[in-house]
Amino acid sequence: MNGKRNLVRSFTTPFGDVPAPAAFIAATTVWVAVLGTWAVATYGGYVADMFLPVPDAVIRRAWKLASDGTLFVHLWSSVEVVLLGFTVSAAIAVPLGLYMGTYKIVQAALEPLVNFIRYLPVTSLVPLFILWIGIGIGQRITVIFFGTFFSQLIMISDEARAVSRDLVNASYTLGTTRREAVWHVIFPAALPGIINTLRVTMGWAWTYLVVAELVAANSGLGFISLKAMRGFQVDTIFLAIFLIGLLGLITDMGFRLMRRWLCPWAA
Amino acid sequence: MTNTRGSLSIQNVSLSYGKAEKRVLALDGISFEVRSNQFTVIVGPSGCGKSSLLYIAAGLLEASAGGVTASGRLVEAPGADRGMVFQSYTLFPWLTVRDNIGYGLRRKSMPAAEREAIVARYLDEVGLTAFAGHYPKQLSGGMMQRVAIARALANDPDILLMDEPFGALDSQTRHSMQKLLLRVWEQSQKTVAFVTHDIDEAILLGDRVIVMTARPGKVKADIEINIPRPRAPEIELESEFISLKRRILNELRGEIDEDH
Ligand SMILES: Nc1ncnc2c1ncn2[C@@H]1O[C@H](COP(=O)(O)OP(=O)(O)OP(=O)(O)O)[C@@H](O)[C@H]1O
Ligand SMILES: [Mg+2]
Repeated sequence: MNGKRNLVRSFTTPFGDVPAPAAFIAATTVWVAVLGTWAVATYGGYVADMFLPVPDAVIRRAWKLASDGTLFVHLWSSVEVVLLGFTVSAAIAVPLGLYMGTYKIVQAALEPLVNFIRYLPVTSLVPLFILWIGIGIGQRITVIFFGTFFSQLIMISDEARAVSRDLVNASYTLGTTRREAVWHVIFPAALPGIINTLRVTMGWAWTYLVVAELVAANSGLGFISLKAMRGFQVDTIFLAIFLIGLLGLITDMGFRLMRRWLCPWAA
Repeated sequence: MTNTRGSLSIQNVSLSYGKAEKRVLALDGISFEVRSNQFTVIVGPSGCGKSSLLYIAAGLLEASAGGVTASGRLVEAPGADRGMVFQSYTLFPWLTVRDNIGYGLRRKSMPAAEREAIVARYLDEVGLTAFAGHYPKQLSGGMMQRVAIARALANDPDILLMDEPFGALDSQTRHSMQKLLLRVWEQSQKTVAFVTHDIDEAILLGDRVIVMTARPGKVKADIEINIPRPRAPEIELESEFISLKRRILNELRGEIDEDH
């Protein structure tokens, strides 16, 4: 009785913690509701299967594409492009953003240009990229890079700039030199924010990947999705959507784990 | 000018913030000398420039005019010879208590064994051995300030600048911190410049108390505290203590009235 009251109390307390099993049950309930609605709508014949496939059709499609290996070719093609585009972008944006947030002169030099590019819709650049690079993997990587890099740079420099001045001052009084401060103080202090920035921009990378694959590609989940639309294979489209969502979820979890592992102090 | 290690000389220091109409004169040609190993307490109305003065002495802020010499050398940049405990919490959140205390020694590339021995000593000194592996976030305000003091002391600076280190603490924690600081200081005999709003604290800790005028800050009074050491908080009831307190309060009251 008392236990039940406490549970209700923990659910209705702002920012209150809930027990892990309760959180799991809540998440499962929502999933079951969504999938259940889908099953009822399709098996019950409420929606034509040309527009909404029955769940087992999606599973059968997944099995078929997996057994002849094409699924993995396209899956890997998408993952490869996202990883390459995102990694190149982050590898430049993290150190450069750190210097941009730390040194006003770097900010003054870069910020106007970066903000100009940042607000260009990447999609408007796609024709140019196709003209320059063609429709190979390089084009898709370029789209992802342009979609994430400039925002990453601004967000990471904001994280660096937000580091407490007195934290840096304290480090000086303990013998840190001005040159060391960037990597010994500002970087670790900004790291949780940097990882969050990477996590958020990773979501954008997936979005731009699909844009690039829909416009011009010969492999990838967006590509098979587009091909399936032409053949009215709505089950393949659903499979592709589901896989993209799943990959997004996995990378998001990866970043959460990374944050917990690299910044246990910020938990 | 004294030339010994640990002496601090504030010479005609002026400081103004901002430009044009927004210009604020915070310090107006303030001068005083701190002898090596002396515990000097600075009191003054809020906003009179106490923090600014310590920042200038630390080399974290440049004076608009005048200068500071530490151990006989002109202060041009911050350095490990002048440790500081800040008014705000400034522990490195990504380091454990142990690594916060050892931070300065690591910067000096001290061998690990030697460093660990010093860290262990100061952990013990501030009573936080059981919390060595904790992160600052897991500590209370009083514990964080104890770590900040241990961090500054472990680095063995010649001069210790302390900006209201106990300002945010409740009176009980404050008392135990004062006792701790007295004990540690009586052993190490470092030069200390200590800012506080608490007059009892000023008399309890200091060899002398400098009363500053309202902004722009100058020296209003410079009062020797000749109460013998070791001191304990009980001296607050003695007549000598009370007459010193009356004197400092009178000096301060004049300033606060003029301010309004
Ligand atoms: N960053 C700043 N920009 C502009 N003016 C400032 C700045 N910091 C301080 N001042 C001005 O300088 C004066 C002195 O500030 P300071 O922080 O040194 O005072 P303080 O004596 O330490 O005050 P408190 O006792 O409240 O800590 C203040 O009155 C304020 O007007
Ligand atoms: Mg202050």
